[in-house]
Amino acid sequence: MINPQTKLSAPILTVEHVAVHFGGLVAISDMNFEVHEGELVSLIGPNGAGKTTAFNVITGFQKPTQGNVTFRGTSLNGLKPHEVTRLGLVRTFQRTSVFEKISVFENVLIGLHRRTAASLFGTLLSLPKERSAEEALREQAWEILRLVGIEHEADELGGSLPYGDQRLLGVALALAASPRALLLDEPVSGMNASETARFVELLNKLRSKGTTIVLVEHDMPMVMGISDRIVVLNYGRIIANGTPSVIQNDPEVIKAYLGGGIKHA
Amino acid sequence: MDQLLQHLVNTLIMGGTYALLGIGLTLIFGIMRIVNFTHGELYTFGAYMMYFFATILGMNFFVSIAFAIAAGMVLGALIEFTLLRNKRGADIDTTMLLMIGAWIIFQNVEQLTWGGIAKSIPSPLPEQPLTLGPVSLSWLRAMVLVVALALIAATYVVINRTKLGKAMRATFQDSNTAALMGVNINAIYTTTFGLGSALAAAAGALLGPVFVVTPTMGDLASLKAFAIVILGGLGNISGAAIGGFILAFAEEIGAGYISSGYRDAMGFVIIIIVLLFKPTGLFARTERVG
Amino acid sequence: MKRYLPIIALLFFASVPLWLHDKYYLHTLVVAGIFMLAAMSLNLLLGYTGQLSLGHVAFFGIGAYTSALTSLGFSLSIFGYQITHEPWPPFIGVILGTAVAGLCGYLIGKLAFRVRGAYFVIVTVSFAEVVRLVALNWVELTNGPLALPGIPPLTLGFEWTGYMTFLSKAQNYYLVLAFIAFAYVVIKRLVYSPYGRAMIALRENETLAVSVGISVTRYLVLAAVFSGALAGLAGTLYAHYIQIIDPMIFMFLNTVTMVIMVITGGKGTLAGPVVGGLIFGIAPVILRNYVGPEVQWILYGVLMILIVYVLPDGIVPAIERWFNRPPTPAEKNGSSLALQTGKGRA
Repeated sequence: MINPQTKLSAPILTVEHVAVHFGGLVAISDMNFEVHEGELVSLIGPNGAGKTTAFNVITGFQKPTQGNVTFRGTSLNGLKPHEVTRLGLVRTFQRTSVFEKISVFENVLIGLHRRTAASLFGTLLSLPKERSAEEALREQAWEILRLVGIEHEADELGGSLPYGDQRLLGVALALAASPRALLLDEPVSGMNASETARFVELLNKLRSKGTTIVLVEHDMPMVMGISDRIVVLNYGRIIANGTPSVIQNDPEVIKAYLGGGIKHA
Repeated sequence: MDQLLQHLVNTLIMGGTYALLGIGLTLIFGIMRIVNFTHGELYTFGAYMMYFFATILGMNFFVSIAFAIAAGMVLGALIEFTLLRNKRGADIDTTMLLMIGAWIIFQNVEQLTWGGIAKSIPSPLPEQPLTLGPVSLSWLRAMVLVVALALIAATYVVINRTKLGKAMRATFQDSNTAALMGVNINAIYTTTFGLGSALAAAAGALLGPVFVVTPTMGDLASLKAFAIVILGGLGNISGAAIGGFILAFAEEIGAGYISSGYRDAMGFVIIIIVLLFKPTGLFARTERVG
Repeated sequence: MKRYLPIIALLFFASVPLWLHDKYYLHTLVVAGIFMLAAMSLNLLLGYTGQLSLGHVAFFGIGAYTSALTSLGFSLSIFGYQITHEPWPPFIGVILGTAVAGLCGYLIGKLAFRVRGAYFVIVTVSFAEVVRLVALNWVELTNGPLALPGIPPLTLGFEWTGYMTFLSKAQNYYLVLAFIAFAYVVIKRLVYSPYGRAMIALRENETLAVSVGISVTRYLVLAAVFSGALAGLAGTLYAHYIQIIDPMIFMFLNTVTMVIMVITGGKGTLAGPVVGGLIFGIAPVILRNYVGPEVQWILYGVLMILIVYVLPDGIVPAIERWFNRPPTPAEKNGSSLALQTGKGRA
């Protein structure tokens, strides 16, 4: 599964010396890793290891106590979450994150916010340019729904979808925001086997389009099967960083977290 | 200098009643998260009850104060029981709309009951002022300060030293856990609202004889109470007590040195400035984020 | 049918002065329309961004005072400088009043959206109270409690078209109706555009909205600017229609009236404030025959509580649900019958 181009491209996302302290509690201490263009990197570790906090720091939802995150050469220090998204770094959330009282189609339209070309003035005058821009936006919304495979539910309310489809809608929302790199926080947790299989298929589709993906996930068979590289966190510290086969045989990882059963996965 | 001393004495007297209003609201708003627009009406209600017991029924002045406070507590508990109990956990806008509705009802019922003409409550205390060096104040105002301080102290003891206060604090920290520990949450909320309302009524009963009683006297009281609560930090009782004195001081200085017309503006200016620069209030400890 | 409802409503309201000649009733409708306009502007904030502004009357009053002072002229001295403003035509006052209120919306939005929820409400209430106290105490400019009398009625036109002065009730009725239609279209285009979608997204789930790149401040401030400007416009119309304003215009009860209109009609719907505005614009006329103003306010308060308990979404969404409801058993029988005959034919 290793993408042959991985080794050649420059890092797209760099996390340097990032630490997060909550009062006296250390959530992350001195975290360093890189993600390359087109790569799929998984962030794993036991609960409370600091994976979601790492996501929060990278996407601007949490200020790091120290350290720096760089995306495509731009430092993300002090940027607000919506500004990070504008740079092309888009995330999903651990819990279901869709606009529950809004239709699936409108959900995706909201996600397409960044691609909006309408000017305020033109909108108020309902100029032809704005109307065609809206038309184009709707077309893109359909495309994304088809890509994710929930176009048959376009008219349903976001909150009324089955759980697995809500996760897919969450990804659709993120995709609509034109990500260059996509950060997925436990996307398949709570999905059944066939839903997970469908989701892996979607990830492969995205990768073939060149989207960089960072994944936080507990589903080890899936992580081992799909990742180019895995970063293992424990107590806010990176304890291993390498290809799935390296990670599977890393004694510290096995001791701290995996427990050895993983070889059979 | 003498003038400043006089301002400080006035600050103490207004500050005591403001602190009562603020502590009452910080219990309700800070802890139950109810944006309580009826708070000022409870203040008005306390003043009218004082008028009713002391002037109409001719009861003893101090007994009347106690009765007015008790009446405020009962009315507050009733509000919580009838309007808010079924809306526990509703969002803040919902309960706020209920409180605005209740506020309109109370104010107009008062208007109908007592008429629009201001009522004055004669006090039995000596007329001639109490003179202490360069400052002078009436016996009535001195009494207001003493009673207000006593009530503040009593509230502090109830919250911090009694079993009821402990249950209240536990509920405010984490109502689910408190419920598991056997605390009757409904009873606590009703008591809290009653207690907060009683303090507002106390402020009204104390200031009623100092000024005059009108149906709209509570309009500004609600908003001033919000200013005090914000100043002191949500749910912070000592903060509210100090906030009450700060607001009184700001008003006294504003009226004395800027223009008396802007006395009432000081509270709002404080609200705006505090919320913009230190939204957690002046006395809040920094909280853990996330 | 639903698409044409606004047009049908507009045509109906346009016909009113043709058959309703009672001046008092027309006056009631004009004032109701002005408050309806203010309620529509409040709905943009309360309904579409979910931010409850309880100081909305400030924008209304600022619009009214700006327009009144522009068309009356004033003279005051600030720090020794004498500033004198000669009267300008009222239509410039309307434009300026709208703009100044919009600017205040911008400032309040910039400042107040740093806090949300209960704090936002309290900041907006405080803002309105400060403005009221300024209007009351800056006597040199506003005449204080003595009011600003003799505000000229609105005059529109050019040299080559002739001028029209909005003096009669019917003229003002059409003026207000035209502005309501204008505001309706503006709000509709806004909320059905990407701009409105961003506002609704922020209302529904701010974290998620931010994660797809929506700027909180930008869209909340945008809503506040439009909301403030439209409320200011309503205020200017009020000033030139009533022709006298005093600081009582900033009464909290005026904000409460707007809030009641919005939540009764249905917040976050285009028709909600229109329906609510009609109900509470006309209710006082009917009620005054039976009860005094105090009882009327008590009824409003009771209604407000009832709405929160019984119809929390308001009237318009309830009606929509009624029309979209699943068929009742009787209707189901009817429809299955139709299905059967359909099958039979096939």
